[in-house]
Amino acid sequence: MGCKCENNCADQKVQELIEIIDKHKGKKGALIPVLHDAQNLYGYLPLQVQKIISERMNIPLAEIYGVVTFYTQFSLNQKGKYQIRVCLGTACYVKGSGKIYEELKKELKLSGDGTTEDGLFSLESCRCIGACGLAPVIMINDDVYGELVPADVPDIIKKYRDRK
Amino acid sequence: MMYKSHVLICGGPECTKSGIAEINKQFERLLREKSLENEVKILKTDCFGLCEKGPIVVVYPEGTIYSEVTPDDIKQIVEEHLVNGRIVKELTLGGKEAKEALKGLEEVPFFKHQLRIALRNCGVINPESIDEYIAKDGYRALGKALTEMTPSEVIETMKKSGLRGRGGAGFPTGLKWEFASKAQSEQKYVCCNADEGDPGAFMDRSILEGDPHSLIEAMAIAGYAIGADQGYIYVRAEYPIAVSRLNIAIEQARNYGLLGKNIFGTDFNFDLELRLGAGAFVCGEETALMTSIEGKRGEPRPRPPFPANKGLWQKPTILNNVETYANVPVIILKGPEWFSSIGTEKSKGTKVFAVGGKINNTGLVEIPMGTTLHEVIYDIGGGIPNGKKFKAAQTGGPSGGCIPAKHINTPIDYDNLLSLGSMMGSGGLIVMDEDTCMVDIAKFFLEFTVDESCGKCPPCRIGTKRMYEILERITEGKGEDGDIEKLETLAKNISVSSLCGLGQTAPNPVLSTLRYFRDEYEAHIRDRRCPAGVCKALLRYVIEEDKCKGCGLCARNCPVNAITGELKKPYKIDSDICIKCGACMEVCKFGAVSKKA
Amino acid sequence: MKSLSELDIIRKRALNELNLHDKPDRIRIVVGMATCGIAAGAEPVMKAFVDELERRNIDNVHVTKTGCIGVCRLEPIADVINAKGEKITYVNLDEKKARRIVVEHLINGRPVSEYTAGKAES
Repeated sequence: MGCKCENNCADQKVQELIEIIDKHKGKKGALIPVLHDAQNLYGYLPLQVQKIISERMNIPLAEIYGVVTFYTQFSLNQKGKYQIRVCLGTACYVKGSGKIYEELKKELKLSGDGTTEDGLFSLESCRCIGACGLAPVIMINDDVYGELVPADVPDIIKKYRDRK
Repeated sequence: MMYKSHVLICGGPECTKSGIAEINKQFERLLREKSLENEVKILKTDCFGLCEKGPIVVVYPEGTIYSEVTPDDIKQIVEEHLVNGRIVKELTLGGKEAKEALKGLEEVPFFKHQLRIALRNCGVINPESIDEYIAKDGYRALGKALTEMTPSEVIETMKKSGLRGRGGAGFPTGLKWEFASKAQSEQKYVCCNADEGDPGAFMDRSILEGDPHSLIEAMAIAGYAIGADQGYIYVRAEYPIAVSRLNIAIEQARNYGLLGKNIFGTDFNFDLELRLGAGAFVCGEETALMTSIEGKRGEPRPRPPFPANKGLWQKPTILNNVETYANVPVIILKGPEWFSSIGTEKSKGTKVFAVGGKINNTGLVEIPMGTTLHEVIYDIGGGIPNGKKFKAAQTGGPSGGCIPAKHINTPIDYDNLLSLGSMMGSGGLIVMDEDTCMVDIAKFFLEFTVDESCGKCPPCRIGTKRMYEILERITEGKGEDGDIEKLETLAKNISVSSLCGLGQTAPNPVLSTLRYFRDEYEAHIRDRRCPAGVCKALLRYVIEEDKCKGCGLCARNCPVNAITGELKKPYKIDSDICIKCGACMEVCKFGAVSKKA
Repeated sequence: MKSLSELDIIRKRALNELNLHDKPDRIRIVVGMATCGIAAGAEPVMKAFVDELERRNIDNVHVTKTGCIGVCRLEPIADVINAKGEKITYVNLDEKKARRIVVEHLINGRPVSEYTAGKAES
């Protein structure tokens, strides 16, 4: 499998994926590092990507699918442009992060974890991001927002909506 | 007679209490000594209103205010100020306040009660500079172990120190190393559990980000002790900063020849590799972690065989957590006797706690074992905000339990926490006040375990789910007689029949809240009442007529139009329509909306 | 690394650098840059220190980072340490405060007592 045409992004990504696989191939227990890098490349791990990994690494697809679905970091679905992670760890929970989550669901018109229709936001509840001193905390991509009250939520979301 | 100076001593009630008589005597004596009794007049005055800073002494004509004066200060004031005419700045009100403001962070109460061993370099050195780590005696322990000690001496030192695992169960570290060193194999491994998963605990992140070299050094020492040449650090992918600093540190250690071949000119070789977790709580369990490093689903394996004999890739392996390793270099350098002199009989050294929840000073604290919960919460943590009452402290995360107010003076160590129905765990310490519902907290932890159960063994997969369903029913006001007994039976069965630590300890939050707060469960079930006012289904929102001004703001903000009324007259909430979102309570400017349990 | 004495040479060199023994006019600013510090805004604070020092052509001050000191609620935190090892800890910093510290503390030699840890905790 090679790159047929320079402008063809899909093929170029496949080429990069193969490079990733070959880089890790010799290592013991290389599958999870490969999946991490592949997800960084694609944003998620569609079946097509898993198939390529399976063939190239000589690991049954079923086993790869089993690993992908076992770990919460790996996703079978495309995520939003802005990934919102609401910490529901104990320190945040005691300080009312449940209400922040409710407010985010309302603001994004979601019934739980998921991605908005316009693909702009995906909402995810998570366990402790280790910023307990600032509880309750949410992360949007790499930005951390701390010491929140539900009333802060609409303004934060608006900031990202305006950015598009 | 003309006096050159006047000394005014506050005779107010507060200053009198704090020893003004002695100060007066000192002045009189010293003025006589210097033959100044005819030049300086001592006067007792009324309260200056600075009682907090008392005892107060004011010297005229300069009008200098000396605050918090002690009898020992008088000599200086007399000799410097009254004889030589030089104001003693550091004793003045302004001078003392300025000095107070310039105190280092180490002198504030939050730090005074701490003893930092594992966190010794955190917040002190630049974590991206190996030289700064070496300046603080870094890698000297490794050098000492390799050039002056045999592997069995290293193990003996660890055993003597009494260090126990800081990640949860508290297994003696030296013993663990000894088992692995005795196992016969060509290949052995040293692993580090940096997959800090307990919600509310972040000390490992802090060490990884603040002092990564201490982990590298300790793992190399462990490798020498058991005869391993390869180590793996299994770190959470959620900690990107920790990952990047570890990578930098490993590279620097390789460049200095502190990792690699023939370290310190000996025939000892050791290298490290990072492996990223992928968000599975069960991978904090040792066999699951090793399965995950092998590139598989992170499911636990039955023990025996124990990892010390058959661990990673079926080779003898030791696994310790980050905080445990961070103690190792100091123990090698300062000796096991020094370390074991700190702490209690069976728990030596210090423990780092991540203090969070309803407490004023949230943060990381490292305290000697045996410090009481009361000291941690009040002397270090500054107490509970908003004048609320302390209800319980949760330790040990989803495997631990709650310690109620009546046990707040228990010294913290492994065994005491276990006997209280909780555990040390990785060191999360979440403080809860009277507004926390203990049934809700138990449900919160069960939801966590249900979510994180790997599904391999049925007691954990199915049993925790059943327990969660019962708790959910209770918090919704649909509890039945017999529910508590059902919970207890399930709890017992799950803890004896689950495959790994996750399932075995999963019922602990329920058991410990049942032990100390059974009345809250009963109130939910029998009276359909949530005493803390948390469980929504058991609450009613009401508008108090005498406080309501009839502005209508609540009605306009109600998402389901459950509030009706006429302007300038008290409004009413129809509890059949009300969804208990609390919006009305948040917007009311007069505090007229309240929750009724 | 071949021997303990080789390590000792590095240690002494690093310690000298850290304690600024032979450079009495040198000052170090150490900014807490762990996750909680960064979340609270330590990055712009560190940039402001560097930028303000550069703008004023001050070259005896070295700005570095460190890990988490444990008091998340006071982040961002920075220590100003002189060659005598005397340290003043500033807390709850932002860009503006960082710039003021450069001017008042480092240039005029008057620590800004209202931003210090002692003040915040008294």
